[in-house]
Amino acid sequence: MEFGKEIGLKLGPPTRNAFGEALKELGGENQQIVVVDGDVGNSTRTQYFGEAYPDRFFNVGIAESNMIGVAAGLAGAGKQALAASFAIFLLGNAYDQIRMSVAFPRLDVKLVGSHSGISIGEDGPSQMGIEDIALATSFPHFTVLVPADAPSTRAATRAMFSHDGPVYLRTGRPKVPIIYDGDVPFEIGRANQLRDGGDLTIIACGLMVAAALEAAHTLSAEGVEARVLDMHTVKPLDEEAVVRAARETGAIVTAEEHLLQGGLGAAVARTVSERHPVPVHTVGLENTYAESGDPLALLKKYGLMPEDIVQAARRAVEARRGRDGG
Amino acid sequence: MLCAELPLEEDQMTINRMKTGVKSRSVEELRETVWKLSRQIMEITTEAGSGHPSSSLSAIDVITALYFGGIMRHDPDRPQWPARDRFILSKGHAAPALYVALAEAGYFNPDLLSTLRELGSPLEGHPNMRRLAGVEASTGSLGQGLSFALGHALAARIDGERYRVYCLIGDGEADQGQIWEAAMTAAKYDVDNLTAILDYNEYQQTGPVEKVMPGLFPIVEKWRAFGWHVVEIDGHNMEAVLEALEAVQQVNGQPQMIVAHTKKGKGLDPFEEDDVNRMHGEPLSPEQLEVALADLNEMYGKVK
Repeated sequence: MEFGKEIGLKLGPPTRNAFGEALKELGGENQQIVVVDGDVGNSTRTQYFGEAYPDRFFNVGIAESNMIGVAAGLAGAGKQALAASFAIFLLGNAYDQIRMSVAFPRLDVKLVGSHSGISIGEDGPSQMGIEDIALATSFPHFTVLVPADAPSTRAATRAMFSHDGPVYLRTGRPKVPIIYDGDVPFEIGRANQLRDGGDLTIIACGLMVAAALEAAHTLSAEGVEARVLDMHTVKPLDEEAVVRAARETGAIVTAEEHLLQGGLGAAVARTVSERHPVPVHTVGLENTYAESGDPLALLKKYGLMPEDIVQAARRAVEARRGRDGG
Repeated sequence: MLCAELPLEEDQMTINRMKTGVKSRSVEELRETVWKLSRQIMEITTEAGSGHPSSSLSAIDVITALYFGGIMRHDPDRPQWPARDRFILSKGHAAPALYVALAEAGYFNPDLLSTLRELGSPLEGHPNMRRLAGVEASTGSLGQGLSFALGHALAARIDGERYRVYCLIGDGEADQGQIWEAAMTAAKYDVDNLTAILDYNEYQQTGPVEKVMPGLFPIVEKWRAFGWHVVEIDGHNMEAVLEALEAVQQVNGQPQMIVAHTKKGKGLDPFEEDDVNRMHGEPLSPEQLEVALADLNEMYGKVK
């Protein structure tokens, strides 16, 4: 996805590839890691691990419910178990198994959902994970990670295994711009500030972080300076960063490749309205499923472009000025 | 790895430390144990005013054999002992059967049994592995325990451990597709340290299993076709239960299924009289309890 080209961002590998490579690397360091696949290992990239460590890799067939149960049992027996599938088949098909066998007993199971969002393109809406963040954040005790690019996905994969407890990591299919050079600061629950500005804050996750940076560049040319936060952890939300943004910049725009119900925008809006009310405008999918098509054309049609963030930012700044009495 | 253990109540920890290991009981003693645990199942569910006594009673002989018949290696003093054999109660609504067995074994003070289903009690309506020592899995959403048991069994293989995993599933529970997903996977990986027991008590919530879901049959042939070693027994005949549980340990390269023919409240009038579902999910009234206890005493030769 060629967001951020104008501002010099280079296209990097898909986040699913970065995850797969990091998982394989970790598998060599940590013998306790075991992976369960629902026969999509070549899509989720758990295959890299499977080829390197066949004794710790189980393909249970196209059966997400059983995949989760087996992973939970492995965790119950002391393993660090990971289960991966397409985001929506994982969270959708096995929701109750995740609830009952992972979240409720707080077992140390790592879940990875690939093919998130509408940017998977041509395969169409049945394959698009657009509800997964809402479903994953609904579980008590869950940590939900939505990294923006390949380097931060590697860091997120590492952080996930250092964290004791259930985690959902969201990855994507398309190539995405590189946001982070060299060392990636990645602390679960701590947003990364990528750009500062005093007029509003754009809080984004996943693919939309690159779009947010491009939007901030456009806004700057109009004299509007935006702070940009990479909210790679949607749960637990970095509430302090959100409250600081509200207090210091007075207006917020959120951006996510997900339905507006139950996603990042909803979480930010709740925190802001409770702790420091300022205008919050949300960019995401508006109560709709998408369709098959070219990924970029889909993002345009469904309002997930840098330009959509720019427009939301103008509205948010306008709303703040109105509230401040001009 | 388990996440940080929830602290157990302090008195419970003390009790756990005081108890000793579980020694194997004779068939006569096991029958005596079944009698005692059956009483407790009925008493505590009547006292709680809710629960599934009939679904617990149908499984109590098998559970007694597992915990007290020298089948499972387990130690109430070390509920997390890595080499222990595991028992996963997939049909979580039979929690009272698990609780009375764990109390009898010494995992917790039997006085706790009377707190079943009360606010603050670790004896929740369905098993919660985070609140009660000896509970291996949180269950109650049907169909999930066999996959969980399979995960434990595969972990043993990875670690080169020899422990066995036992999983009790309900006959109605096998309506769930996940049971068959797990069955296929266990056979794929030749998992032979996994034994499932089907509590074939013939009734589920709204009626006889064969009416609710005729497609479950033929049960024995179906499990064989899924690659399992299958034996069929009378689940209320202690010798037969013990013999089957011992025999399956010799099976190599295949998971094993013991189809245990059972009754929900066998020989106990209040349950036997209900031809709809054998009082599924209903506790006995105090009056019914008296009748059922009298019937039980007669069955076990306790009437002088």
